[in-house]
Amino acid sequence: MGKTLAEKILSWNSGEDAQAGDIVIARVDLAFIQDTTGPLTVRQFRASGFQRVANPGRTVVFLDHAAPSPNRELANDHRLLRQFAHQVGAQLFEVGEGICHQLVAERFASPGEVVVGADSHSVTAGGLGAFATGMGSTDVAVAMALGKTWFRVPESFRVCLRGDFPRGVYAKDLILHLIGSIGADGATYRALEFTGETLSKMSISDRLTVANMVVEAGAKVGLFPSDEVTKGYLEEHGRGQGYRPLAADPDASYERTIEVDVAGLEPMIAKPHAVDNTAPVQELRGTKVHQVFIGTCTGGRLEDLAVAASILRGRRRHPDTRLIVGPASTSILIQAMNAGYLETLVEAGAGVVPPGCAACLGVHQGVLGDGETCVSTGNRNFRGRMGNPEAFIYLASPATAAATALAGEVADPRGFL
Amino acid sequence: MLKGKAFKFGDDISTDDIVPGRLAPLRSNLPELAKHVLEDLRPDFVSRLSPGDFLVAGKNFGLGSSREHAPLSLKMAGVGAVLAKSAARIFFRNAINVGLPLLICDTDAIDEGDELEVDLASGKVHNMTKGTQLASGRMAEVMLRILEEGGLVEYIKKYGDFELP
Repeated sequence: MGKTLAEKILSWNSGEDAQAGDIVIARVDLAFIQDTTGPLTVRQFRASGFQRVANPGRTVVFLDHAAPSPNRELANDHRLLRQFAHQVGAQLFEVGEGICHQLVAERFASPGEVVVGADSHSVTAGGLGAFATGMGSTDVAVAMALGKTWFRVPESFRVCLRGDFPRGVYAKDLILHLIGSIGADGATYRALEFTGETLSKMSISDRLTVANMVVEAGAKVGLFPSDEVTKGYLEEHGRGQGYRPLAADPDASYERTIEVDVAGLEPMIAKPHAVDNTAPVQELRGTKVHQVFIGTCTGGRLEDLAVAASILRGRRRHPDTRLIVGPASTSILIQAMNAGYLETLVEAGAGVVPPGCAACLGVHQGVLGDGETCVSTGNRNFRGRMGNPEAFIYLASPATAAATALAGEVADPRGFL
Repeated sequence: MLKGKAFKFGDDISTDDIVPGRLAPLRSNLPELAKHVLEDLRPDFVSRLSPGDFLVAGKNFGLGSSREHAPLSLKMAGVGAVLAKSAARIFFRNAINVGLPLLICDTDAIDEGDELEVDLASGKVHNMTKGTQLASGRMAEVMLRILEEGGLVEYIKKYGDFELP
């Protein structure tokens, strides 16, 4: 019997013939923490009696979620993490260097690897063909120390993509459509494996956006096979040696197959307060919006800033709608500067925050007021997510977000391209 | 045998509902964080909870962020176990890792305030108020072992490694 991508990678890393439903102990190729989950990892690491990490070069600490630190408590959490990184020899990414998931994609993850992070959006690296998944602080503490962890090998859903993206429709619209159709628990415990003719036309940026949000359908991992696009991305980042061809076997067994004709999609939006509460943007046109946030590990990459700049070029945000832009990493920030995107966005009225998670999780840099509405390119719109349970969050593509900033109300980007 | 009364919640309770991101400054002060558990949904939850009471929810409990502070704070606030129709996978694993029992069962048969007895060994839930009994789904053996030790830190201190049965 052939293997799914999930079975294949977990077989390589466990040395077992891993099949869906098995429990295996797998080698961990990369383990990372960030500043809101990491302090607990450090405490659990020490409480377990560990002194050393198994693989310091592949153990990473990111200061991104509340960075620069907004208060004394979180500044002290940063202090603890810097001390820990120094103690065990882990790599440290400082305040302003970027969001963990983006930096994992740029610097670390390769096809066929097992990646665990103390953050649910660790699934992002599945866009590069890594078995990447989010875990709690204690699981990651143990994975860092032992260089391995246990997994239940997931059953897989195959998501077959065909057709070309229509003008104004992007990877974000695809994943919102998918989550809306299968539901917030539609893929709980499952691997979502993407395949089909559309893949060759999807950039790594697109794939990372899709993989990033599979957890919003409950999935353990969202896997893309590796191909020339993956190879090109790794080479561009000086990591061509990490490339390996990776595809599911033709006779692999899937629990379910979901077909999506990408050509039939339109711009989508997730309404408050659930990610699966989706609708076509057209249905929400005219909804007043106070804040637009373009950034995060879902929608803060170079391609995202490029499309936003193309819509905002020579125009100005609506006077009642503030616009916050957060590039996902320093390399994206520099490229966006060199390409002129940042100048365009700032001239259009954007406030630019340093690379990091920014307004996404409600600790700083864009907390909403009572009764306010935000359109975000992020991945979660739960009640209270952006720091105020009396606020309303809509999730959309960077193009829809940019069009909304111009209109001051939810707007279809196809009218602005 | 665990005993307590049921506090009933709905479907899709996220870890942002349990410990919202705005409380991130309290994450290194767990006793303080535990005073705020679920306060956006039910401001009097912690004050009405007696140690050992049960949090009874619908489907997809604990979705969203991987923050382990969610099950830790529930445990520190006094929740004896979570009973849900289904649970998000990271939350499920975190709950076991911090020694908070989580049982999957048909929670429609439990109402707010019902007195329950839960036998972790057999997975049986006795509803003393209604005189009924519910079976719960069996968790993986490795999770049962971790739970028996009181959590992953205790398990690792004892075995030093993962032992698959």
